[in-house]
Amino acid sequence: MISVYINNVKVNVEEGTTILNSAKAAGVKIPTLCHLESQSPKGACRVCMVEVEGARSLMASCTAPVSDGMKIFTNSGKVRDARKFVVELLISEHCGDCKTCERNEDCELQKLAFELGVKDIRFEGEKIESLIDDSTPALYRDSGKCIKCRRCVTVCNEVQGVGSISPQGRGFDSLIGPAFQQNLDEVPCVQCGQCAAVCPVGAIVEKDHVSGVWEVLDNKEKFVVVQTAPAIRAALGECFGYEPGTLVTGKMVTALRQLGFNRVFDTNFTADLTILEEGTELLMRLKKALVDKENVAIPQFTSCSPGWIKYAEYFYPDYLDNISTCKSPQQMFGAVAKTYYAQKIGKKPEEIIVVSVMPCTAKKYEAQRPEMNDSGVQDVDFVLTTRELGRMIKQAGIDFKSLPDDKMDSPLGLSSGAADIFANTGGVMEAAVRTAYEIVTGREVPLDNLHLKAVSGLEGIKKASLKIEGTKPEWSFLEGVELKVGVAHGLSNARGIIDLMKKGEVFHFIEIMTCPGGCIGGGGQPRFTTDEVREKRMHAIYLEDEGKQLRKSHDNPEIAQIYKEFLKEPLSHLSHKLLHTHYISRLN
Amino acid sequence: MDTIGKENELKKCACDNSFDEDQLYDQLDDIIEQHTNNPGALIPVLQSAQNLFGYLPEAALKRISFKLNKPYSEVAGVVGFYSYFSTVPKGKYTIRVCLGTACYVRGGKDVLKAFSDELEIAVGETTRNNKFSLEVGRCFGACGLAPVIMVNDEVFQRVKPSKVSEILNSFE
Repeated sequence: MISVYINNVKVNVEEGTTILNSAKAAGVKIPTLCHLESQSPKGACRVCMVEVEGARSLMASCTAPVSDGMKIFTNSGKVRDARKFVVELLISEHCGDCKTCERNEDCELQKLAFELGVKDIRFEGEKIESLIDDSTPALYRDSGKCIKCRRCVTVCNEVQGVGSISPQGRGFDSLIGPAFQQNLDEVPCVQCGQCAAVCPVGAIVEKDHVSGVWEVLDNKEKFVVVQTAPAIRAALGECFGYEPGTLVTGKMVTALRQLGFNRVFDTNFTADLTILEEGTELLMRLKKALVDKENVAIPQFTSCSPGWIKYAEYFYPDYLDNISTCKSPQQMFGAVAKTYYAQKIGKKPEEIIVVSVMPCTAKKYEAQRPEMNDSGVQDVDFVLTTRELGRMIKQAGIDFKSLPDDKMDSPLGLSSGAADIFANTGGVMEAAVRTAYEIVTGREVPLDNLHLKAVSGLEGIKKASLKIEGTKPEWSFLEGVELKVGVAHGLSNARGIIDLMKKGEVFHFIEIMTCPGGCIGGGGQPRFTTDEVREKRMHAIYLEDEGKQLRKSHDNPEIAQIYKEFLKEPLSHLSHKLLHTHYISRLN
Repeated sequence: MDTIGKENELKKCACDNSFDEDQLYDQLDDIIEQHTNNPGALIPVLQSAQNLFGYLPEAALKRISFKLNKPYSEVAGVVGFYSYFSTVPKGKYTIRVCLGTACYVRGGKDVLKAFSDELEIAVGETTRNNKFSLEVGRCFGACGLAPVIMVNDEVFQRVKPSKVSEILNSFE
């Protein structure tokens, strides 16, 4: 430990700590437009400059390590002037109008300009050319608003290991984007939207579905149903000033009704359905391998996260057979809403509009995949991010905080706690274990409060093993088997766990979530998602699970009902038609 | 990384050289091989590749990206950053007009415009017949002879716009 002085206050930090993090430890905020926690500093924006006694010039605090006895001043006139000057220069070439910008009131540059007291535009110069990329179903890029902070480059390359965007060119003409000014649809972009989640300005945002949803809600001919992903309830409140991790499930349902949706359903319902299908699929794979001695792809990978699917299609096409054929809960919902539920209410698939609320931008892409129309029409019509739903509620003039609680509609609205935890990294695995163990042994899985602790939390790659004992006769081939499971979140960790497999490590089942933390950290969640925010949302999700009477997917009576009335059994012919899909190699 | 190996999509070279293209890509593989596991490999490999092909074709860049396990966007970013690298084929003769300070004040810009007008190409471009490419140079160390141009390795001194066609005509 060494001692440094931040504004004359002594603070002890580890050697090698940056000035920025030392100041944080001392409770002093230094603004930055480029730094991301846990990632290597870039020193790109120059807003975090501080004065160091004895130093020749101001230093970028995100890159400069402290030394023993260093005296740092974060609030001198020189520092304030320099920061303001930097922000004024950024604004001088920033091509955008705050009034009409998607990020109005949610923009770090705008906020900082205000905080630093930028009151007039001192420098009128050439503006960055505004090149629009709306080539993908999920994302919209406007180069004119980009301040070249490179946060998106960091998440795309270092966190996700995708690398579809990098700085191109040089100087004033430099652009952040794919090679040779290609659009995102021409390169291996998985549309996870982590770039949009970290962008400090409006240079990368999700494709707007708000206007399309208003249009169908205003059309009284349309029967519009909405599904909300598990991760929404723990994050939507942030759009209205609640602390991260505040559960707003009941208010969300009321708000959705007030917006005019004819039915408010839950993606949780099809998360439970996924567990039945995917758990059975896993057991069938194990049976084929152990009993029938068939050559079958093991481990089985989860398939809920569309960014991961596209990533595998680009980078790991040899492993496509390992991915569960189950559609994601969003797509299962669309397919059953337009068939099973449509029949129940005497409507045709085309008379029902399915709107999803997702923590995700890749779900916008997934909904438009050409194979996702097994009901006869596109199964999911619109996908709103959590942020977009927040905006719609504000547009409607709904006072969210004062709303009473309400419950989801039946029969696609009831869910177990196992479905809630789909939102967290490790949650799908835990939910699957709760059900698969019970199918095989007839007994509840012997875990403390049903939690598979070893695969929860923010560590990138997690592993657990579970010995199967006391099997039912038909599953006796699994007696004594040590079920080995792995969990990875953030696509660079997906690469990491596949590397472990290549080195010979044995897994039977692997859960992969595209975004760090799982869906609670999705690219469509309210900004800004730090690890602290992830922890809080995850905690809320576990509370939601623990507060439910039903904790296991197979105990959900509405799931039993859909099998009885419609699907017959997991992996039935109809299940295969409506709930399962296939993948394509994009390696070319 | 977005390093998609387009092994079967090697573009056929548009210029009429006599090299067998597969052979060039074999040589490129050898160059990359020598740099495997070297974290600073990208720029030396790009330099060697440009010497090999005369420019950096898309297929070569994709192969470099794939084999060095670097995102294609990053490779393109490096290529775009350095004016030395070119992704378009160069002509038989590369004309570099010096726009260093001395040449600039003695009319280098007018000389550049004359070449551009005469050849009907902009800086960085190559004539349709692949004969001439036009580039800007930054001081050849011959300021006393300003304005100076170079055509491949040959230096021309005190060039005037009126002398431009004569210079061009001297090259077969």
